[in-house]
Amino acid sequence: MTSSSRFTFYALLLTAFLATLSTRPASAQGPTPTDDEVNRVAKQLYCPVCESTPLDVCPTEACRQWRDLIRTMLAEGKSDSEIKQYFVEHYGARVLAEPPNRLVAYLVPAVVILLGAFLLFRGFQVWIKPSTTKAGGVSARQEAKPAQDPYVARLEEELKKRN
Amino acid sequence: MIANFGYGVLFITFLVTLYSVSAAIYGERKQIPAMVESARRAMLLTWPLLTLTAGVLIYLLTHNHYEVQFVYEVTSRSMPTYLKVTAWWGGQAGSLLFWSWLMSAFASLVTLRKWDRDREFLPWVIVVACVTMAFFIGINVFFENPFAQLYQTGAGIAAHTFKPANGILFTPQDGRGLNPLLRHPGMIIHPPMLYLGFVSFVIPFAFAFAALITGRTDDRWIRLTRRWALWAWLFLSFGLVLGSRWAYDVLGWGGFWGWDPVEIAALMPWLTGTAFLHSVMIQEKRGMLKHWNMLLVILTYDLVIFGTFLTRSGILSSVHAFAQSAIGPFFFGFIGLTFIASVALLIYRWDSLKSETEMTSLLSREALFLLNNLLFMSILVVCFWGVIFPLISELFTGQKVTVGPPFYERATAPLFASLMLLMGVAPLSAWGHSTIKTLGRAIWKPIIGAAAITALLFVTYTHKVGALLGFFLIALVILVTIYEYLRGAYARQRSQDENIFTALWTLTGRNRRRYGGYIIHISMMLMAIGILGIESFQVETQGRIGVGESLNLSNYTVTYRELASWDDEPKGVNYTRAVVDIYRNGIYLGELHPRRDYYYDSQQAMTIPGERATLRDDLYVLLIDWEPASTTGATFKVFVNPLVNWLWLGSFIFLAGIIIAAWPEEEMERVAVPVRRTIPQTSAAD
Repeated sequence: MTSSSRFTFYALLLTAFLATLSTRPASAQGPTPTDDEVNRVAKQLYCPVCESTPLDVCPTEACRQWRDLIRTMLAEGKSDSEIKQYFVEHYGARVLAEPPNRLVAYLVPAVVILLGAFLLFRGFQVWIKPSTTKAGGVSARQEAKPAQDPYVARLEEELKKRN
Repeated sequence: MIANFGYGVLFITFLVTLYSVSAAIYGERKQIPAMVESARRAMLLTWPLLTLTAGVLIYLLTHNHYEVQFVYEVTSRSMPTYLKVTAWWGGQAGSLLFWSWLMSAFASLVTLRKWDRDREFLPWVIVVACVTMAFFIGINVFFENPFAQLYQTGAGIAAHTFKPANGILFTPQDGRGLNPLLRHPGMIIHPPMLYLGFVSFVIPFAFAFAALITGRTDDRWIRLTRRWALWAWLFLSFGLVLGSRWAYDVLGWGGFWGWDPVEIAALMPWLTGTAFLHSVMIQEKRGMLKHWNMLLVILTYDLVIFGTFLTRSGILSSVHAFAQSAIGPFFFGFIGLTFIASVALLIYRWDSLKSETEMTSLLSREALFLLNNLLFMSILVVCFWGVIFPLISELFTGQKVTVGPPFYERATAPLFASLMLLMGVAPLSAWGHSTIKTLGRAIWKPIIGAAAITALLFVTYTHKVGALLGFFLIALVILVTIYEYLRGAYARQRSQDENIFTALWTLTGRNRRRYGGYIIHISMMLMAIGILGIESFQVETQGRIGVGESLNLSNYTVTYRELASWDDEPKGVNYTRAVVDIYRNGIYLGELHPRRDYYYDSQQAMTIPGERATLRDDLYVLLIDWEPASTTGATFKVFVNPLVNWLWLGSFIFLAGIIIAAWPEEEMERVAVPVRRTIPQTSAAD
């Protein structure tokens, strides 16, 4: 083996060794996550820049890079919640699709709706009178008569005949 | 010069509206009919004046007057003329002018009617219409002038209404062009429809306000504005559907409704408007809920202004909020002022709005309509809270948060399901009185039918409990409605000796509001099938594939055939279009062309999906990314959206239903029929 061929041999050996070394971390990360896996996480996050745009569909370059970041983190074995936590720490709670304090978010409308339902229930208790109760000189039952609606009267008449 | 003329006319219109308001109030207070007439004529003048203003703006838009800031921002030389015209509502200043123009047209239409019987309403209807117009025109005059021109001064180039000292008019060579997303046909029609809906709802409010202030609080104002409210509802509904279709076609995320604040802003007046359309029937039939109807129409009016405010103030920026400015506080002030004034009037007239009758049964039609109103208002509460929660959070905790679809879907799903249940039950209940027995007797057949359909779907289509419950409710509503329809038709067939089709036709013609309403119910259920389908069964995949390679999803295979990219220089657009072959269960179905359009003027791209639509599902393919050099690999996103096309189909039937419901019923008023003195036991629809 000449000195030049020996140099070539060692150079190739070193290259092969370095190549092995350099691929080792990659193999430790596992296979590259698919687009679907990245989108699964990105869908749960909102673009930190463009409001009201989920990260999986945001077309900006910044969002593309964030999706790549999600891919890298998934490859590193990070869980969905760890990735979401990372984004919250770096960009604030607005990246989440729902407010972190879900209790307040859900409680207020629930209370208002229940209050409305309660008021309606109380209203029913006050309004609903026996059918003979007079109101404004006209009995409620009379008001309900089909006399109010000649069309209905005729319809019912015909149905009665049919039956 | 032309721009200054446009601004001058706009300013005169502003003064005319102020005059009209003052003359109407003065004439009414001092009982001078000539002053009220003068106010009416002044209001009639606003439409030709605003038409002239709009004409000037359209002239500037179509003749490339880029020295006008608005023209520079929304048009470019490469845009076709029709797009330059529609760019009128493509930016903030123009769309506010468009609002005022529509408002003046509707106000003029109202004042052209015969006022003999309702003379006392006239001045106050003029006041409400002109105050609303003055507010919008005022914003254009003082804050968002569509005629402001670009001037070069020592401080740089800026837009000014009047020429600044030492300023030189600056005319750019070309404009920035309309946002490509706004060039889609859906987006050209969607804002006018929405605005038509918004503006038409001002008319019922104007009459309600007039009724409150004059003390004529019977249901005359409701009868006068019933058709206005229906048309307003039609426009608003169609605006929402068109917006959804636009989102589906150009936003490139495979859906049609993202619970974006601006979408919700348009939904909120629709919710109160829908509740109003139902509850006015109670007032008409039973003389009840007068306070509530007033409150609903006041809420609808202020939500209309709030809707415009959300879109235009930029306070809650979103994908729809293309423009931002400092007009927010003025909107907020106007909403607060009109709401407080209206509610104060309502409280003042509280006693005169007492119900004429009492309720007799929890299962009566009116009780169920009240429940319907509670549900609509509950959805409104969820929506309103969701929209303002980020602001409240930021205000009190300094933390910016997002309220996205999971919140709205979770919070509104049970409410929508309850509404559907009511839609199934209410048509079978009677005004005044219903019992469990009478209701049960009417509903058991549709329930069995719906259960059978649900069982069939369980065996053949899905095991998802939520979806099956949804399908059960949809089937129930459709069957109940058909049942009601056929009952009427059979009755008619027998009494008039008509065949069933003639009977159906004349039945609908004789009671348009009821049967138009039923058609609307059926159309809503068809739309619900589409919404349920995409919400419950949508699947998607994304991947990078080479030519000849495929992506598989559900039973579909999408194979990448080729990709081409070219410039359309006259239009200033670069198209990149892929051709993909579509197979279902291995059978070739054809090709789709997903593409990406890049607009050089605005430097924005638009993703146009390749779609294959059937009633079973929609295959929706997006071109996400590609290799420009080799064009060997491209990334596609593929969605299968089951049943989504029922949504669009339902919207057409909805249109038919509402036109039937809103059509004048001349014949009914003439026909006299014998009256029977018993209470309807099973049904007394409408």
